[in-house]
Amino acid sequence: MTDQGTSGAQPKQSKPAAETASDHWLVRPETIRRLWIVFIAILAATVLGDFFVEHHPHFGVDGTFGFGAWYGFASCVVLVLGAKALGLLLKRPDTYYDN
Amino acid sequence: MTTSLIIPPALILICAGLTLPLFALVRLRWLALLASPLAALWIVLTLPDGIHLNGSFLGQTLVFLKIDALSRVFASVFAIMAFAGGLFALNQKSTLELSAAFVYAGSAIGVAMAGDLITMFIYWEVMAIGSTLVILSSGRRGQGAGLRYAAIHMLGGVLLMAGVAGEIAATGSVAFTAMDLSTIPRMLIFAGFLVNVGAPPLSAWLADAYPEASWSGMVFLSAFTTKTAVYVLMRGFPGTEILIPIGLFMVFYGIIFAILENDMRRILAYSIVNQVGFMVTGIGIGTEMALNGAAAHAFTHIIYKALLLMSAGSVLYMTGKRKCTDLGGLFRTMPLTCAFGIVGALAISSFPATSGFISKSMISDAAGAEHLAFVWFALAAASAGVFLHAGIKFPWFVFFQKDSGLRPPEPPWNMLASMALMAFFCIGLGLYPKPLYDMLPYPVDYVPYTGAHVVYQLQLLLFSGLAFFLMLGLLKRTMTITLDVDWLWRRPGHALASFLDRFGVYTWEWLADTVVKGATGVRNALYQHHGPEGLFGRTWPTGTMAFWTTVTLGAVVILSYL
Repeated sequence: MTDQGTSGAQPKQSKPAAETASDHWLVRPETIRRLWIVFIAILAATVLGDFFVEHHPHFGVDGTFGFGAWYGFASCVVLVLGAKALGLLLKRPDTYYDN
Repeated sequence: MTTSLIIPPALILICAGLTLPLFALVRLRWLALLASPLAALWIVLTLPDGIHLNGSFLGQTLVFLKIDALSRVFASVFAIMAFAGGLFALNQKSTLELSAAFVYAGSAIGVAMAGDLITMFIYWEVMAIGSTLVILSSGRRGQGAGLRYAAIHMLGGVLLMAGVAGEIAATGSVAFTAMDLSTIPRMLIFAGFLVNVGAPPLSAWLADAYPEASWSGMVFLSAFTTKTAVYVLMRGFPGTEILIPIGLFMVFYGIIFAILENDMRRILAYSIVNQVGFMVTGIGIGTEMALNGAAAHAFTHIIYKALLLMSAGSVLYMTGKRKCTDLGGLFRTMPLTCAFGIVGALAISSFPATSGFISKSMISDAAGAEHLAFVWFALAAASAGVFLHAGIKFPWFVFFQKDSGLRPPEPPWNMLASMALMAFFCIGLGLYPKPLYDMLPYPVDYVPYTGAHVVYQLQLLLFSGLAFFLMLGLLKRTMTITLDVDWLWRRPGHALASFLDRFGVYTWEWLADTVVKGATGVRNALYQHHGPEGLFGRTWPTGTMAFWTTVTLGAVVILSYL
């Protein structure tokens, strides 16, 4: 997300696109910084939300503090790393089947 | 058989599809595309439970039209989908695609309302033909993919037909009811269903074929084949435990391949397998809550997946591009398409206030209620993964990411209208799930919106979002594809076929040559002995004959005295 503003300002193609892109408020570095702040605040709020609700865990560990947060994060890291590892083996140029 | 005249909803759509090419006026064609699904939907929703049309065939009583709660859930969402798909595809110039899509949609409704195995099988095969034509009609790229798709579905059809024939031979009944895997015919029926549901080892047919359909074709394709398979598994094999590992495999297969994918519609194709995996797992768990969850999830999934594919289809229609590496920054000029795509993305991720939240959580909670710890934790990890691979990845790489320099306008009004309709369902059912819960096969005693559930789900999803943005470097798209099982028949299979082809031609030529040589030899030999100059062909003196007759008679006389 952070590098999006800078890459958005340097498109490979036409010049007019570059001007409008840097103009759009949503891709300015300032906006992106604010979006990150809001996002982190919401993340913190959802974890703090655990203080205000009563979980009914099925298995025990799913009732630990911030379970959804750490489990969701860890699952995604494992999935992405697993996918990358599989990719090393199975990735081919996208013209592979063309000939 | 009831006395009043009931038109099977399936036939309304099939007839609309078959007569579509006859409507010369575009407006009339539009009318057929929009009115026929609504008529079918009306009949599906108003028809009371029970058997409405039967007949006899080969000494068996076939039930052409039967409806109960389970049939109604699937048939009604198929009709809604045909309407929305028709509205989205009004600008589609290929009459073949639209005709095929409506025959396909109609036969999907036919499967959902078939009361016996033979009727189900016939509609099942019509579906295969319709969907193949939808893929083939997209042009050159669709040709190979369409043929591969047809081959896989013919295999599935053969398995199913063998199973159905065996089942009828063994039991003498064509009834389509819940079965176990105790006999070989039932295993064959089960295998035929699994091919269509996108189960391993042949899951690859889906991501291979669907994205090669046109911008509108894939919207239709996403809805019917896999979900009719979910329906027949629910009808025929509820609570079959092997479906749990199969479903979990599909869930993670879909996520991992979608993470590696660059083509926006192949990302969504893999995520179909992923979502259907949730349903298959639910059918395997087999409790009332799990089956309700699977049916509800099929209903909501058809709608939000269609919405996602309409958003992707609009981008493809307006830009002609489908790879993430070529796209990006489209939110500037396609804000509505982007917003609708985000609604679909939130719904597939089961965000609170969307339809995915009120359906998918029933399956997870059913696993929890049965104390299936491994299943529950796997589904929770997969829910996080769904947000990662489809919920953020699709909108981010298509509409944000970098500025591709593309400035396409919004798509035509009808495409926006169909997306608005689907987005309405996604949010409407998320906020007010009662109409859907009332349709489900079993009474629903489930409250999706509890504080704990909402907080847990938001944590799970938003921290997946955090993981996505922190790992953006790892997720950067490359101009690559990922080899899948279809490699087996596209490379070694293809090589083997070419070899057999050459070998066959060679053998044939050798065989033909040998036969010709042999035949020529026989002819020459015959000519040599029986020709004008041959031993048996030339004229002999009468004396020779008299001599040999005397010898023969003498021999006979001597023999008779011995």
